[in-house]
Amino acid sequence: MSPDEILKFLRLSYTALSDGALLVLIALALVLIYKATDVINFANGEFMLIGGYIGYQLLIWLQVFESPGLIVLLAIIGVVVMTTLIGVLVERLVLRPLIGEPIISVIMVTIGLSNVIQAIVGLIWGKNPRPLPIDIIPRFSPFRIELEGARRPLNLLPDTLIILAVAFVLVGLLLLFFRRSKHGIAMRATADDQQAAMSMGISIRFIFALTWSLAAITAAVAGLMIAHVTNGVSGDIHNVSLRAFPVIILGGLDSIAGAIIGGFAIAFVESFSSGYIDPSVKTVAPYIVLLIVLMVKPYGLFGQKRIERV
Amino acid sequence: MATQSGIYHQTYESDMQLRPTTAQRVRMVLVIAFVLVLPLLVSQNEVRIVNKVMIAAIGAIGLNILVGYTGQISLGQGAFLAVGAYGCGLLMVYFQVPWGLALMAGALITAVVGGLFGLPSLRLKGLYLAVATLAAQQIVEWIIIRWDPIDGTIDGKATDALRIPSNFLFGNSAWRLNDNEYAFYYFVFVVLAIVVIGSVNLFRTHYGRAFIAIRDQDIAAEVMGVNLFYYKVLAFAVSSFLVGLAGGLTTIHSTAISFERFTIDVSIAYLAMIIVGGLGSISGAIYGAIFIEILPEILRSIGQALVQNRLVSDQVFVTVLPFVQQGTFGLLIILMLIVEPEGIRKLWSNIKDYFRLWPFSY
Repeated sequence: MSPDEILKFLRLSYTALSDGALLVLIALALVLIYKATDVINFANGEFMLIGGYIGYQLLIWLQVFESPGLIVLLAIIGVVVMTTLIGVLVERLVLRPLIGEPIISVIMVTIGLSNVIQAIVGLIWGKNPRPLPIDIIPRFSPFRIELEGARRPLNLLPDTLIILAVAFVLVGLLLLFFRRSKHGIAMRATADDQQAAMSMGISIRFIFALTWSLAAITAAVAGLMIAHVTNGVSGDIHNVSLRAFPVIILGGLDSIAGAIIGGFAIAFVESFSSGYIDPSVKTVAPYIVLLIVLMVKPYGLFGQKRIERV
Repeated sequence: MATQSGIYHQTYESDMQLRPTTAQRVRMVLVIAFVLVLPLLVSQNEVRIVNKVMIAAIGAIGLNILVGYTGQISLGQGAFLAVGAYGCGLLMVYFQVPWGLALMAGALITAVVGGLFGLPSLRLKGLYLAVATLAAQQIVEWIIIRWDPIDGTIDGKATDALRIPSNFLFGNSAWRLNDNEYAFYYFVFVVLAIVVIGSVNLFRTHYGRAFIAIRDQDIAAEVMGVNLFYYKVLAFAVSSFLVGLAGGLTTIHSTAISFERFTIDVSIAYLAMIIVGGLGSISGAIYGAIFIEILPEILRSIGQALVQNRLVSDQVFVTVLPFVQQGTFGLLIILMLIVEPEGIRKLWSNIKDYFRLWPFSY
């Protein structure tokens, strides 16, 4: 490989890492809800959207404080509180009446919800993109990799590493929550068998509300980071969540490990196909990989196989 | 009343009738009479909306055969519409095929493509299948955007739109289907009538019964001797044929087509139609198509009335309208699913039952 090609390979891999971290977070929000409640949330992208916009609004309102660090910290706390509320409300008002209905109805109600949230965001903030007043993640100068014989040096933004770190910390916290905390274990029990969990004294309602708010928080954090990467909030944030569907199907709908591996796998497929074949292939390449995997493994790579009885 | 009790069939012929009572037949004649005179009563622009509703009804019936009757979730409706529309359009543009033939050929091509994307349905179920059909949507959309030969030129400049030649009904140049809404109205009504009669009867044959058996419990159906592979692929093909027909009709009705009409939002709108209307019912698909297509128009005219009465400014109207339309669409889906999960069809029959049994509703 020539030095230029090595640098190109490095650049594409580096892009894939930050994209992958975002996809992992988005996919995680979907998997969380699917595992505990058997619902696939088509409004996930809208949770990201509303998280991004709430963050934007808080950053503006909190300008009265002097230190940017304090503003960002308070804004993030605000976003977490608000999205928790939204998650609980959505579960209570929209999803709970549909328990026991066919999958298609549940899919449709989340699609309806996504339209409502998009409309609300559009009515409040309009459709023009708005730049964030303060950087959520501090901007450091890029580090530079030079190779002998290469035409141009490679500049890598350190933001990627921070996003990656945030994703890892969040995933780690969630895993710790599932392994160690009382409610996390209750969530796993609910995911495993709702009837059995209920008879052991676990409040299914509380667990569902908890799941939806955790997923909403995860999605909102992803939304904030996308807003940072794209230098502002816009109506396009929710489109990123469509890219997470191949991820969760590839990894298996109910597997957290699947979401992590699938997220990076799809990000690498997107990055390399756009770099080496054609930029436009990026949108379809994940789906083609997905179809091939589904032909061989119909429940994804790590998905639990359902045994059906008649 | 349209529904009446105490109907006893004494011959197989009377048992097989779709409209066994006199009241139902009278109602059917009234509906047909209404449809025939409707264009004389309303403006050209309103006929255009009705035409769009009828095309959507054909597509929604097609989707309902797949989702409502066979239980295979599809998010690829927009893609199959696009295959039908472009199949029909390209045959007309590049091979000068007469429009009637192109329409049928487009629908057949869609049936084949639909069957092809139906192949994974044997192994994939529920959400996994839904995302696999989402793959169909993305791949077809990508091909339309990227593949240049299927785009046309307008005024010498290459565009993403395909220019459609003029289509005349019975070769009469006064009846140009592309923009003569009245000619197209009667034509599409005949097509819709054929589709409705055909699909209602489909579920009285062993094919239709096999589809329903697969929806209710596919393993049980297989044990009962239904060849799952054959019937699932067949359901995809039949459904896609009708969807392709709707796509082709869109082409014939327009002067140019582009990919914007076949995006994932369209797939979702069609799903909304059959769910709001009533899953697993032909009349439900029609009610849903009417509802979802007319709703934005009603909101638009309410908005225009507000603008005329100086209650809101033009500026506000233009920026707010799309969001109000979208929000109402979403809210109605949610409310419908919570209030009456079986859709408008069920609401309508509840109302009829109320009056039929009145005043003793027990």
